[in-house]
Amino acid sequence: MTRIRFQQRLEELKEQLLVMAGLAEQATQRAIEAYRERDLSICDQVSQGEITINRLERDIDQAALDLLATEQPMAGDLRFILSVIKINAELERVGNSAKSISERVRHMERMAAAELPVNIPRMATLASEMVRKSLQAFIEADAETARSVLTMDDAVDGMNKAAFKSLIKVMEEQSHLAPQALNALMISRSLERVADHATNIAEDVIFWVEGEDVRHHKSLNMVQEQQDKGGTSAS
Amino acid sequence: MGVGIEVKNLNAWYGSNHALQDINLNIPANHATALIGPSGCGKSTFVRCLNRMHETNPIARVTGKVIIGDLDIYKDIKPVEIRRRVGMVFQRPNPFPTMSIYDNVAAGLKLNGYSSRHVLDEIVERSLKNSALWDEVKDNLKKESGASLSGGQQQRLCIARALAVDPEVLLMDEPASALDPVSTSKIEDLIFQLKAQYTIVIVTHNMQQAARVAEKTGFFLNGRMVEFDSTDKIFTNPSDKRTEDYITGRFG
Amino acid sequence: MAIFVYLIYKGASSLSWAFFTEVPKPVGEVGGGMANAILGSAILLAVGSLIGVPVGIAGGIFLAEYGRGTKLANAVRFTADVLNGVPSIVMGIAIYSLIVVPQGHFSAFSGGVALGIMMIPTVCRTTEEMLLMVPNAVREAALALGVPNWRSVLAITVKTASPGIITGCMLAFARVAGETAPLIFTAFGNVGWNARLDEPIAALPLQIYVYALSPYDDWHRLAWAGSLVLIVLIVLAVSLVRYVTSRGVLKGAS
Repeated sequence: MTRIRFQQRLEELKEQLLVMAGLAEQATQRAIEAYRERDLSICDQVSQGEITINRLERDIDQAALDLLATEQPMAGDLRFILSVIKINAELERVGNSAKSISERVRHMERMAAAELPVNIPRMATLASEMVRKSLQAFIEADAETARSVLTMDDAVDGMNKAAFKSLIKVMEEQSHLAPQALNALMISRSLERVADHATNIAEDVIFWVEGEDVRHHKSLNMVQEQQDKGGTSAS
Repeated sequence: MGVGIEVKNLNAWYGSNHALQDINLNIPANHATALIGPSGCGKSTFVRCLNRMHETNPIARVTGKVIIGDLDIYKDIKPVEIRRRVGMVFQRPNPFPTMSIYDNVAAGLKLNGYSSRHVLDEIVERSLKNSALWDEVKDNLKKESGASLSGGQQQRLCIARALAVDPEVLLMDEPASALDPVSTSKIEDLIFQLKAQYTIVIVTHNMQQAARVAEKTGFFLNGRMVEFDSTDKIFTNPSDKRTEDYITGRFG
Repeated sequence: MAIFVYLIYKGASSLSWAFFTEVPKPVGEVGGGMANAILGSAILLAVGSLIGVPVGIAGGIFLAEYGRGTKLANAVRFTADVLNGVPSIVMGIAIYSLIVVPQGHFSAFSGGVALGIMMIPTVCRTTEEMLLMVPNAVREAALALGVPNWRSVLAITVKTASPGIITGCMLAFARVAGETAPLIFTAFGNVGWNARLDEPIAALPLQIYVYALSPYDDWHRLAWAGSLVLIVLIVLAVSLVRYVTSRGVLKGAS
């Protein structure tokens, strides 16, 4: 086995990303807990954690850049480093979404409590499960697990759309609850974002492991179908 | 213009050493094809079978077919003739030491009987221009010996010498491995331009070079060709694990 | 160098115009020269070179370029080594029986043959060595251009090695120029003038030998002079060859 130093550096990069992943997951969990418990101190923790996440994002990108410049990685190694860079960005955005949620919780604190026809905790559980699974797929280099994350995204999307509809209705019919409804809407959207990020992470894992780029398959397929039907190609 | 090369069931021996086993591949015309692999894998032997230089070794033996253009080079044509149509540039620059720059480039023609001064002048100039050496030597063509140039210049001189006989295929056996990075870049740029007129096969142990220069790449291992595909595919997502292990440096 | 200086000391005084233009005088008479011996040596060496150089170079080319590793090559090389070791007197006797006896007379030709055969081993081995020193890369470059092998050997390999080959020829030339023993029974020597190949001919070394062994002081002085002249002529010949070749005659027309 040659290139021992290179192997070590790849391992270190992976470790760094896993630390990043842990922080992102933790931020998400805390944000959800803050929502459930209405606990502002937890919001503070999320804000603190955000600083660490941002710093780590920069460190990981730098490490990846150094590897690209100095080791001329090829094939699987190259795809791995590329995936790390992309997953790194996605995790940072997960942290941002978590922070958004915790900001919303702060606002909610100043309002009266309200019963809303939307199951935030359920969405939150799903979204954070997707994040956990996508990271598990990364750790185990398992494309199957990654693919299962892709299918979960539809559920979360559905829930977000439903929440949108019902919360709009609340704002129209019970306008005194509009602030709370709006808040909930924004939280729902943040959770939908988290699910999207998890999906992206899963797609990046598939790219690394199998060398196949499965992104945007839905929209690209639609364009392809249009073209096949129309017969004229207008790309 | 370049021609394509078809290789069918090529086997080559040095005495009892079975150096190449059942090689099958198609090298496309007017493209650069790179051959990579660890030392001793047979890639140089393979290339030397394409211009029948392999046979200059008295214990060498070859079976199978190599079809260049539409000629079976082991049946339809003599070794001396195929070598005029398939040129070769070697790892270490080897200009003829007793000859001037002009004579070096013209050597292939002069030694095969061409002697018209006018025609030779034209061909020498054209070849030196095609190998990006003309500007550097045009004032000293007949005064300076080939050996007085720098390493990179010598190699371009050898390329000019090979081009002067107007081959259809140009074989390059690690042409830049003895050169510094700047000279290497010049040679690589040159290959890029030469592709338009010739079919180029380049053996290299420098994978980045193969990646930069060639559209197709073949990976040789222990006398067999393991994988042959577009360069992009080989270097981003090869099909065979042995290829992956080699290019990621896990061995070799 | 010391020998040379000594020779100058001993021989210079006996040099005169007569030395270079007259033939030896009969025993007892003072004066005379070695003109015939100088001419004779020149003729003998010319014949010898005409035989020794081409055969030697051809042999060297065969050994280095065509026969490497073959049994025939080993036999040729062995023969050359043996030939090299043959004492020059034995060579003379051999040529005596092979040429002089059948012809019935001594001759410049037989002397030339003896000298030529003695040149062959040196020329051959030097040519082989010089050719072997030409890097294989140069040969391959020529072959890869589609140049036939024989042409590559002559126009490229031999040409590249030519300085060394010339040196080899000159070494051989210088060596046989001073040989006396092989000429005793072949050229035999001649007190008179002869420029024909089929008659005995004088040679400098031979003449020097005869004079040196004689009881006459006069002849001794001539012997010293002759030695000096012999050396000088050899040096001149070698220098001339060097000059001509370095002027580019062998660099090839450009």
